[in-house]
Amino acid sequence: MKKKFKLIDLDCANCAAKMEEAIKKIDGVNDASVSFMTQKMMIDADDAVFDKVVEEAVKRIAKVEPDCKVVL
Amino acid sequence: MGRFTNKQKKELKQIGISLVLFVILMIAEHAGLFPDTTGGMIAELLLYLIPYFIVGHDVVRKCLIGIKNRQLFDESFLMTLATIGAFGCGEFGEAVAVMLFYQVGEFFQEYAVGKSRGSIAELMSMAPDFANREAEDGSVEIIDPDEIEVGDILVIKPGEKVPTDGIVIEGSGFVNTSALTGESLPRLVSVGEQVISGCINGETLLRIRAEKEFDDCTVSQILELVEEASSRKSVTENFITRFAHYYTPTVVVAAVILAFLPPLISGHFASEFGIWVLRACTFLVISCPCALVISVPLAFFGGIGAASSKGVLVKGSNYLETLADLDTVVSDKTGTLTEGKFKVAMVEAAEGYDTDQIIRYAAAAEAGSTHPIAAAIIEACENPIAQSKIKNVRNVAGKGITAKAGRDTITVGNKGFFDEEGIDITELTADVSGTNCYVAKNGKYIGTIIVADMPKDGSKEAIREMMNAGVKSVIMLTGDSEKVASSVASELGITEYRAELLPQDKVSVVEDLLDELRNRAGSGDKADKNRGRLAFVGDGINDAPVLSVADAGIAMGSLGSDAAIEAADVVIMDDDLGKIPAVMRIARKTLGISRQNIAFALFVKFGCLVLGALGIANMWIAVFADVGVAVICILNSMRMLNR
Repeated sequence: MKKKFKLIDLDCANCAAKMEEAIKKIDGVNDASVSFMTQKMMIDADDAVFDKVVEEAVKRIAKVEPDCKVVL
Repeated sequence: MGRFTNKQKKELKQIGISLVLFVILMIAEHAGLFPDTTGGMIAELLLYLIPYFIVGHDVVRKCLIGIKNRQLFDESFLMTLATIGAFGCGEFGEAVAVMLFYQVGEFFQEYAVGKSRGSIAELMSMAPDFANREAEDGSVEIIDPDEIEVGDILVIKPGEKVPTDGIVIEGSGFVNTSALTGESLPRLVSVGEQVISGCINGETLLRIRAEKEFDDCTVSQILELVEEASSRKSVTENFITRFAHYYTPTVVVAAVILAFLPPLISGHFASEFGIWVLRACTFLVISCPCALVISVPLAFFGGIGAASSKGVLVKGSNYLETLADLDTVVSDKTGTLTEGKFKVAMVEAAEGYDTDQIIRYAAAAEAGSTHPIAAAIIEACENPIAQSKIKNVRNVAGKGITAKAGRDTITVGNKGFFDEEGIDITELTADVSGTNCYVAKNGKYIGTIIVADMPKDGSKEAIREMMNAGVKSVIMLTGDSEKVASSVASELGITEYRAELLPQDKVSVVEDLLDELRNRAGSGDKADKNRGRLAFVGDGINDAPVLSVADAGIAMGSLGSDAAIEAADVVIMDDDLGKIPAVMRIARKTLGISRQNIAFALFVKFGCLVLGALGIANMWIAVFADVGVAVICILNSMRMLNR
């Protein structure tokens, strides 16, 4: 399954790259991208674990940039 | 102030207050108001900490959270470390200034990036906000475009956006397609024709039947493509990401070495340590790669945006790079360079007849035929003979037709047909290539109509412009005969062509051309990287395999064609070949700007690192090397968005 999420207050381009890297490392993620320009995150993960993956992605985003919120 | 968000307003206020306090403290310090005692020092420190925290509390907070989450080496961490270092060395003013200007720079960055996002959003404004659905009883309700179902009857009032792709079932009028195609001339639609979402209805009311759900319609696809384009990164962007990965840690390690090594070597550790710590802090300030990390993708994003506003969708930053470096353009003939349908190219009349008569007679005989050549002749006829006068039509497939128009027997056909009928032909004097249709009246030859697939208006200019823009060869591919190919090629100023190709041959021709480019670039692994790039231009309908073999597959006239949009890397929404040189120029400009930014940022940063290590550049210069450069690079990138 592939889904897009909006990110609020994603303030730095370098952080976006870091988030992308961190999310790609989550188990079950086939592909992920975090776009600084469009302020959007795309996660492509296996259906069975999708919700878990999103939960983990939100945590990892908060670690990189604490102020950044994911609109679920 | 209406242009700023609340967050930005708050930041501006913090910067303002902090700046005022900072200036007052600087004046006080220079006026010697702080006594040179320990107490005086502490008072000065505490006073300087006020503006420091007003402007920098967010940075310090983020740094602490970062440490907790073990996310070192981010901007906040570096700035906090550098300013604490400066405080530690007694350079209170410098510490506050660094934080202050860092925040000013951040503010500019945010503003600039927000602005460019805004201009992309403007582009996105082609997305419809609502739809008027007509129920079976004739009542109309306003619904969200997402709720549209295939088969719904939608009413589009004058000035409203077409909410989804559909077929007109009532009304006719002009729709403005400029948001999608960049084409300023409105397009006429009438009953039975397709309208594309995102177009703006002109002055008449249209009723359409929805053909697609909103998520699958043209506008949704385009918006998604533009958004996704930025995730297909160019070589330049990947280089920056890799560079940023190593750059910051390297500089931080260098800073640590710089702080400890020189004073240890000199043997005056206690007295010199402070100076070197300050120089190390200068390093830290310069170590953030933001200028590059933001400005390069911004330039590409702007380039994709600029192309979209001209009606060209570029599906990834990497394709912009390809377009900037085009060596060979391979183009399909029919439907791409030419109109893709037959037109009357020339009429030659025998003695005693004029060309209008010839067309009129031929059109009469062909009136009932659906053959493309017949269609061309019928279209060219301005004053047709009444249908009721035409009788006894005899159609010999692939050869010709005879019919009675009034009292006359008309014969139209090829040479073979005329031979069979025993009619002598006067061969043409003019040299125009195409399909010859001979016309006879009552068994006597009266003229010849030449029907051909004509080159599109502007094709010739577009090809010349491509050559001017640096394309070395334009090659035309066609399934047509050698004769037709050579005449179209010479008319368009194309020197190279391949004729009589079967559809599957096109792929191998393109593959051979790619090999040729590789060989020209030299041998080994690098050849593929360094070779010139090849683009294939087609109508996107039957050439999906060729589109995918080429470095950049360009589909033309694809408004509303899902298959073409899917298969191609670059989609030209209307039929205009001239968009190719235009988008090449945009690509060049994008690449140019990102290279300028990389060169400028690296030059200033390394320069300042060297000067900083030597103690020539102080923290003020370091702040410039960081945020100043970032702001200049961003402003440079924003040039891509000016239209």
